[in-house]
Amino acid sequence: MVEQTMTITSEDGVHARPATVLVQTAGQYKADVNLEYNGKSVNLKSIMGIMSLGIPSGAEVKIKAEGSDEEDALNAVAESMKKENLGE
Amino acid sequence: MSHIKGIGASSGIAIAKAYRMEAPDLSYDKKDIDSPDQEVQRFQDAIETSKGELEKIKDHALKTLGEEKAEIFSAHLLVLSDPELLQPIQDKIKSENVNAEAALDETANMFIDLFKNMDNEYMRERAADIQDVTKRVMAHLLNVTFPDPALIDEKVVIVAEDLTPSDTAQLNKEFVQGFTTDIGGRTSHSAIMARSLEIPAVVGTKEVTETINQNDMVIVDGIDGDVIVNPSDEQIEEYKQKQADFEKQKQEWAKLKDESTKTADGQHVELVANIGTPDDVDGVHGNGGEGVGLYRTEFLYMGKSQLPTEEEQYEAYKAVLESMGSDKPVVVRTLDIGGDKELEYLDLPEEMNPFLGYRAIRLCLERDDIFRTQLRALLRASVYGNLKIMFPMIATLGEFRQAKALLEEEKANLKSEGTEVSDSIEVGMMVEIPATAVIAKQFAKEVDFFSIGTNDLIQYTMAADRMNERVSYLYQPYNPAILNLINNVIEAAHAEGKWAGMCGEMAGDEIAIPILLGLGLDEFSMSATSILPARTQILSLSKEEMASYKDEILSKDTSEEVVEFVKEKTGQK
Repeated sequence: MVEQTMTITSEDGVHARPATVLVQTAGQYKADVNLEYNGKSVNLKSIMGIMSLGIPSGAEVKIKAEGSDEEDALNAVAESMKKENLGE
Repeated sequence: MSHIKGIGASSGIAIAKAYRMEAPDLSYDKKDIDSPDQEVQRFQDAIETSKGELEKIKDHALKTLGEEKAEIFSAHLLVLSDPELLQPIQDKIKSENVNAEAALDETANMFIDLFKNMDNEYMRERAADIQDVTKRVMAHLLNVTFPDPALIDEKVVIVAEDLTPSDTAQLNKEFVQGFTTDIGGRTSHSAIMARSLEIPAVVGTKEVTETINQNDMVIVDGIDGDVIVNPSDEQIEEYKQKQADFEKQKQEWAKLKDESTKTADGQHVELVANIGTPDDVDGVHGNGGEGVGLYRTEFLYMGKSQLPTEEEQYEAYKAVLESMGSDKPVVVRTLDIGGDKELEYLDLPEEMNPFLGYRAIRLCLERDDIFRTQLRALLRASVYGNLKIMFPMIATLGEFRQAKALLEEEKANLKSEGTEVSDSIEVGMMVEIPATAVIAKQFAKEVDFFSIGTNDLIQYTMAADRMNERVSYLYQPYNPAILNLINNVIEAAHAEGKWAGMCGEMAGDEIAIPILLGLGLDEFSMSATSILPARTQILSLSKEEMASYKDEILSKDTSEEVVEFVKEKTGQK
């Protein structure tokens, strides 16, 4: 399993549009990808899961990937978070 | 063959098969099933079919509505791929041996409730997404048709009880030749949308959904307000001829597209358009509008689950202003909600007389948080064109002063924040309430302009609800009482060196135009498609001659006498 911690820098937190992109990205990989925030862990391939966390600006989140392509999955998700100006 | 009479809401002739748009019956029975595996398969098939449809709708929306609006369908598609939704449904089918309909409904409702109760706008919006999407899947499970106006790919005439603004926004003009509805009048939203889309429509028929079956051949004559069901070959020929004549007439009008609007004696009046969204601006240019005389901003607030942000509004206002350029005026009416236009998310209490109740500026002055957001967006956009702002439903000078003070306050705030704001924004008001028309002289000292909203002015002056068909005979634009009020407003404006416009349906009416010219109206704002016919008519009228009839018209006894007089003087049939 691989993991990475990131800080949400987007002013609106994790809102609908970038969340859509994250889910689409995670969905391209076989690995299980989870996102942890505030003690809760949700499936990053689930739009409803992510949205239900209501992650605000400034939050610290942990992304975990586990599976045959876990490295690629983690990198791709981290990359798209940066590209969407969501976090760093 | 049967003939149905309605109200011609948008000119033109449509001849095509009927496409009935109605809410599908999604009721189901909860059942035990024998083969859970087969049931799961049936569920997955319904999901795949729904996804295929949504992909098509998304492509269509991308082309017609733009990337931002199409994104909603991306979100819908993600819901249909969401493991957290799909897995529990499939588990339920297997563990409880229930049919897919029950498993879908119960699981989806659990999520919908969860999201609905969250203290977050986005989440509540997601609840609506899940609802939309599950309805579609449910329809496929039950094998009932889910009406998708965006997916129509053959020429049709839409038949519906009524059409909401979002229904009409999905219509593809390439295939939808026209529509006809049971309810509505010339000023209802469906009618206004039909004119801005430039598709023929007949509304207020009371019976089309009862009489017309799916795939019946239908003629919609939006010029005379006729609907003909299963016409004979001769009738089809006759209407094809009428259609061709109408097209020819339109080409004649089109020649005047870039002409200015001058009367036979060389007087210029301004012919401008009513719009509801930035998309309508194409129609204004295409029909030779000299500006926008009424931008109804409530569409920004409708069909959503939350108030539009300042940024969203700013983008819309900026788009309209930029497209009209630095010269052509854009008159924006601030939020006119309440009355027949409700916003679910504001949760306003139901009223006995909504038209006489808490609406428009009355609401905005109390909810100044909403009002200030809109004013800021307008002020920020003001540097992109020739913006004029007007307040709706003003009843007293106090209200106008209060609204204007808020505007000035926000202007000062923006400037102190270092934001650029135009210094030449005219600030006016709608004249819809008789009280303001009566003392227009006092108002004229403080406003920069008046815009007479005749639909409401008539209903308030005649005390006749314009939605109530039993008193529709009292909707009398040419009643001398109305004409005297209008005259009063125009005279008051001119005495103070201000201008007076009109933005109701009356401004594009061929009986009213000669009268209004004679009264000295400066600006006529109407549906974009009425501009060229109006310009054609005005070119042939002498303002001086019409002005010479003023006293005689204003002292007529009845509406009928006025109409007869105008027809005689202008040679209309």
